[in-house]
Formats: sequence, structure tokens, C-alpha cells
Amino acid sequence: MSIDWLSFTPNAALAAVVGGAMIGAAAVWLAWTQSRIAGISGIIGHLVDLLVQRKREAFGWRLAFLLGLVLSPLLWSQWAELPPVTEQTGVAGLVVGGILVGLGTRYANGCTSGHGICGLSRFSLRSLVAVGTFMVTAMVTVFVMRHLVGGAA
Amino acid sequence: MKNLLQWMTALIAGLLLGLGLILSGMANPAKVVGFLDVTGLWDPSLGLVMGGGLLVGTLGYRWLRGCQVTLLGERMNLPTNSVINLRLIGGSVLFGIGWGLTGICPGPGLVLLGAGMDAGVVYILALLAGMLVYSVLEYVRHPHQRHRV
Repeated sequence: MSIDWLSFTPNAALAAVVGGAMIGAAAVWLAWTQSRIAGISGIIGHLVDLLVQRKREAFGWRLAFLLGLVLSPLLWSQWAELPPVTEQTGVAGLVVGGILVGLGTRYANGCTSGHGICGLSRFSLRSLVAVGTFMVTAMVTVFVMRHLVGGAA
Repeated sequence: MKNLLQWMTALIAGLLLGLGLILSGMANPAKVVGFLDVTGLWDPSLGLVMGGGLLVGTLGYRWLRGCQVTLLGERMNLPTNSVINLRLIGGSVLFGIGWGLTGICPGPGLVLLGAGMDAGVVYILALLAGMLVYSVLEYVRHPHQRHRV
């Protein structure tokens, strides 16, 4: 294993810790204000559930939370330029990947935020199993796409 | 009025989370895949993001354990679920494959959407399609089941 020092600069490391702390603070804030878990896939998924079941209960806070996420780049760009983004796959990869993430996070009842940040912070064994499983699977997927199939991913 | 406070505090949570994702570099799929690519040139950033998040999260949740009511005056009742089954593991495998393919999990997907990137739009539409399939299948299986909403 060799470290990518061009990407992992001291500034990037500091930004990662501070940004991570902000993510943790957002999760604690949501729990403190309304006793909710800041799990993004669960919040989107519940909205889809409510639409399918034609219910409207507890729709508002979920929509507001997601709106905050969507608006965050606009708020950021008020005082700084948005950092550059490099895509890792084309449209086909995004479609297949997006569908798998949608299905998978619903069956697993959580993603990187719900299981990763909230669950692990609460010492949930269930979340630890989920995080271990999706981390290893994602690492294997990247290995296959980058080093076996090559190129595309 | 209470609803309005609920929405505003939730909006603040979403904004803070999104800004954290942008600052930490996690809204950039290249940084995420750089972490997942353990056999190539490795970027440990995502590990530090988790570290920062877990530090604040662990202390914060521990402090909240002593709280009986929320800031908005509701009964504190954080959900607990400890079931480990095939759904959890199978779902996590599907999620892991999708995450590895794209380098995007749901939060960064919404941030990329908000930044006006085509990739964000395509990814979130596909994610919603996957979730819609799940919701319809579950609804057909358990038409009367009530989730905590």
C-alpha cells in the first residue's frame, strides 16, 4: 500500500477531520432537537414509502433536512469556490450504482450516515456489521473495476 | 409554530451536514474511491472524516442519554434496532457495490445535485427508482404494516 500524498495533504487531512466533526455535530443536533437519526437513505426512503402509501405524516422535517443538503453547495459558494469534483463513472455506472444504492440502503436500513456515523457513535453492533459489509464490498468493487477490468471505473 | 421550528432545525442539520461533506472532500467521488482503492494509491481522508464524526457523535449521543426531552419539548425517543439478519447483510452488499461503482453515497449525491452536476441528477433519480422498487415490494408484502413515521 502506498499513500496518495498529492491528495492527502496536511490541509486535506485537517479539512477531513473538521468536516467529519461537522457531520457528527449535524447528527447530534438532529437527535437533540427532534429525537431523529440523521440517516440520509432512511430519510429519503421514508418519503418514498409515504408517497407509495399515500400518507403525509412527518413529511415536513424530512423534506426540510434534504433541502438543507441540496442547498448546502449554494450556501458554500456564497463565501468560497466549490472544490473540484472528478466523476468516477459514466451515465450507465451512475444508473446501475444509484439503483443498487437505493435498493441496498433500504434493505440494510441505512448507509454511511445512518449506520456509519449515527450507529457506530451509539455502539450498535448491527451498524458495525453493516459498515464492515459495505466497506469491504465497496473496496472489492473498486479493486475489480480499477485493477481487474481496468480503465472505466 | 412547532412544525415550523421542526422544519427549521432539520434544515439547519441538512445544511451543516452538507457543508461538512463539501469541506471534508467527501462530495468528490474521486476522494471516496481514493479511500476505497486500498491496493492502489491510497487516500486515507475518509477514515479521518469518520474519526471526526465519531468523536463528536459519541460524545454528543452520550450527553443526550441524560436528556428526557428534546430541545423542542418532545419526549426523547431515539430508535433502537439490533437485528442482524440477511436483509441487513444483503442490503449492505448491494449498497457497497453501488458505492464502489460510483464513489457516491446518498448524502454526497444530494450535494452534487444541489451543485447542479448532471452526475448528481442521474444518480439521485436512479437511487429514487431503487427505493421506489423497495417501497412497492414491501407495500405489496405488508399492505397494513405501519412504520414509525
